[in-house]
Amino acid sequence: MRAHGVAAAFLAPALVVLAVWIVYPTIRTIARSFFDREGSDFVGIDNYKALFTTDLLVTAIKNNAIWVGVVPALVTAIGLIFAVLTERVRWSVAFKTAVFMPMAISLLAAGVIWRLMYLQDPDQGAVNALLASAKGVVSPAGALSAAEPSTPALTGTPGRGLVLQRPLERGAVARLGLTAIPPAEVPGGAAQAVDPKPVEDGITGVVWRDFKPGGGTPGRVETQELGLPGVKVELRDPGGQSVASTTTGADGTFAFEDVEEGQYRAAIGPSTFAKPFGGVSWLGARLITPSVIIAYIWVWAGFAMVVIAAGLAAIPRDVLEAARTDGGTEWQVFRRVTVPLLAPVLSVVFITMLINVLKVFDIVIAVAPGSTQAEANVIALAMWRTSFGGVNDFGLGSAIAVFLFVLVLPVLLLNVRRFKREV
Amino acid sequence: MKRYRYHALALMGLTALAVLLAAVAAGGTASSPSAAPKVTAGAPGSVSVISEATGPEQKSFQAVLARFQQKTKIKVKYTSAGRQLVTILSTAVQGGNPPDVALLPQPGLMRDFANRKALKPITFLRGTIVRDWSPGWLQLGTVNKTLYGLYYKGANKSTVWYNVGAFREAGVQPPKTFPQLLQVASTLRASGTAPFSIGGADGWTLTDLFENIYLRQAGGKKYDQLAAHTIKWTDPSVKAALRTMGQILQANNVAGGTQGAVQTDFATSVTQAFSEEPKAAMVIEADFVAGVITGSTKAKPRTDFNVFSFPSIKGSPPSVVGGGDAVVMFKDTPASRALLRYLATPEAAEIWARRGGFSSPNKRVKASVYSDALTRQTASELAKAKVFRFDLSDLQPSAFGGTVGQGLFKLFQDFLKNPNNVDGIARQMETAAARAYKK
Repeated sequence: MRAHGVAAAFLAPALVVLAVWIVYPTIRTIARSFFDREGSDFVGIDNYKALFTTDLLVTAIKNNAIWVGVVPALVTAIGLIFAVLTERVRWSVAFKTAVFMPMAISLLAAGVIWRLMYLQDPDQGAVNALLASAKGVVSPAGALSAAEPSTPALTGTPGRGLVLQRPLERGAVARLGLTAIPPAEVPGGAAQAVDPKPVEDGITGVVWRDFKPGGGTPGRVETQELGLPGVKVELRDPGGQSVASTTTGADGTFAFEDVEEGQYRAAIGPSTFAKPFGGVSWLGARLITPSVIIAYIWVWAGFAMVVIAAGLAAIPRDVLEAARTDGGTEWQVFRRVTVPLLAPVLSVVFITMLINVLKVFDIVIAVAPGSTQAEANVIALAMWRTSFGGVNDFGLGSAIAVFLFVLVLPVLLLNVRRFKREV
Repeated sequence: MKRYRYHALALMGLTALAVLLAAVAAGGTASSPSAAPKVTAGAPGSVSVISEATGPEQKSFQAVLARFQQKTKIKVKYTSAGRQLVTILSTAVQGGNPPDVALLPQPGLMRDFANRKALKPITFLRGTIVRDWSPGWLQLGTVNKTLYGLYYKGANKSTVWYNVGAFREAGVQPPKTFPQLLQVASTLRASGTAPFSIGGADGWTLTDLFENIYLRQAGGKKYDQLAAHTIKWTDPSVKAALRTMGQILQANNVAGGTQGAVQTDFATSVTQAFSEEPKAAMVIEADFVAGVITGSTKAKPRTDFNVFSFPSIKGSPPSVVGGGDAVVMFKDTPASRALLRYLATPEAAEIWARRGGFSSPNKRVKASVYSDALTRQTASELAKAKVFRFDLSDLQPSAFGGTVGQGLFKLFQDFLKNPNNVDGIARQMETAAARAYKK
């Protein structure tokens, strides 16, 4: 009797906390989920119907399914690999510290870091900067990547090269005007463009920045307009074959001398206009969920590694030795001995991740920009958005919360049962 | 001895409990200024205020409040909610424990709270507002024929900010009409600078652009009808405005292309247009752009950046799409009333106006108090506009007009990705609007 009193006295604070902050809100939320947004009218299961018929919420449920399907398994697998490998490398402490470090950062901060790394502009986003430097080696950007033809006389697209539409014969002048060239991209040493004089037995021409303040007259070489030096110009025969090529001078002029009788076209090849790597749209609608998942795994892999490494250290060495003595290969020892012995630890990691992933929220809101938060939506984020973040529908928000609670519940019970078994 | 120990233990348990309960109670009173109504007449009392303002805005607003405290001896407790204002207020109202006074950025929110009977009428200010504000503002502060909101702060959203250097380089002048704007855009493009920088990751930058076009192209009457959803979003006037908007949103008109613009947030859209190597020449957004430019770039007003009014479309009169923060009262106490009366005076507006980043819709505020020429210009346009309309998306139910990732924000972002899909977007907008209005 007295023992009960003591127990009660000790339990009382915890019970009060539980009752006030867990039990009462849970009951209240369940009740609230059957009322409309004002909380005055009973609407039955309408909110739950809305949960499965609103596109936005269905996306959230689908995304959560992806998270649950991919993340716990991947985190456990990566953690296992790291744990096993770090047992054998020399710098294991340094390696483990590096992998575990992200755990010290809050998910929100980690999200902000990845948001910045994922930016599309390779000048800003680290991931795309890395890809850009790789791409720059394979196919470098052209000198005039932003240029466009200044008049319709120049046909084709910058992507496939520009061709002067009018056929040229000996004595003709080819004027290849380009615009939309940022001042910073005008090649160094460019001088005032010159309209070249025709020559009797050849074809002359000019490639120039057909723009002066105010616009000027497109197609005409005017003062204040700069020649574009260093541009490779081709002379093509009617079949489209390149018969000669030359490079423009400081004033943009070029000349093909001793040209045979016939019709030709002047062209600038596509390599001049090759666009620099624009960056992968990591934060775009298509890739946003995988991008967020990568960031999340980066944070949690360390946790998995440390827990599994602790489990690994506890495995009796003699069992492994015995397996090796019996002639098991390293892989067989790992598959048939290490993993089964680690199973309890692996399941702890897996289940912990499962519960975490069902409730995932902060990293999604931090990584996904406003324009793709609908595509990156998860249940917890949808719940917050619906209740507080603008929609202000506490009825529907409560229904989402209850739905999430129901999803987490079986995993939770499983975990509790395991705890009991272990005690 | 044993008995004594038992008592001690029980006592410890009870003490813990008492401490806990006291903490709960203290937490209750600390966040609830419900003590205020109990002050006896004559005693100064206190008032709690919450608003979105953070950073320099918060400092300015606190300077305004400090003057009030100094004059009346009423203690002001200010809380900054930042972007979480809606969350914090909804939760506080739902929990029956709101602050005394709040600055609400959206009329939709005010209507929401008024309909939930959370707001107290401010009829005692009616005379002042009729005298010192233009009629539109009284209307905006009224829900179901009762006055709830005092528009202390205004915002002019019909401004276009431009990079003076980029304009000089391209040899163009600020346009007056929409065809001129498109002409300027094409010249800028030829000069190698993207004409527009669009912060598409924040949906409200796009709704603001649409509203400016719609008000000029369809006129104030249609604007009101669309705002009240008495005409549909599939109306020909909406589609025509979307087509006009599409002329601006062409991929080669926008810094980073439209796909890049969808991922550019508002702050970046401003800094990238006014940094030392500008990526674009113009930002079509409200008067508060000036604060972002001066705050995060080295650009100086007039020499590096300047402003013009959103151009007229087909001879439309000077029109302003505006925003504003309404002061509302959740608790009717003498201290709350005193604060609202004070905020309705020109003096309260002039303190902030002098500090910059503020436009007052109060007609009695002198233009000379504004800290710089550009603010004076945007503020006087706000006061003098022939046609003034409140930001349309802010007038919508917030699930449709003010929530990240859904409703108008999301659909305009989809439109930015594909500006030719006028019919499809209009249809989706109507579906989303119908759902939001049904509730």
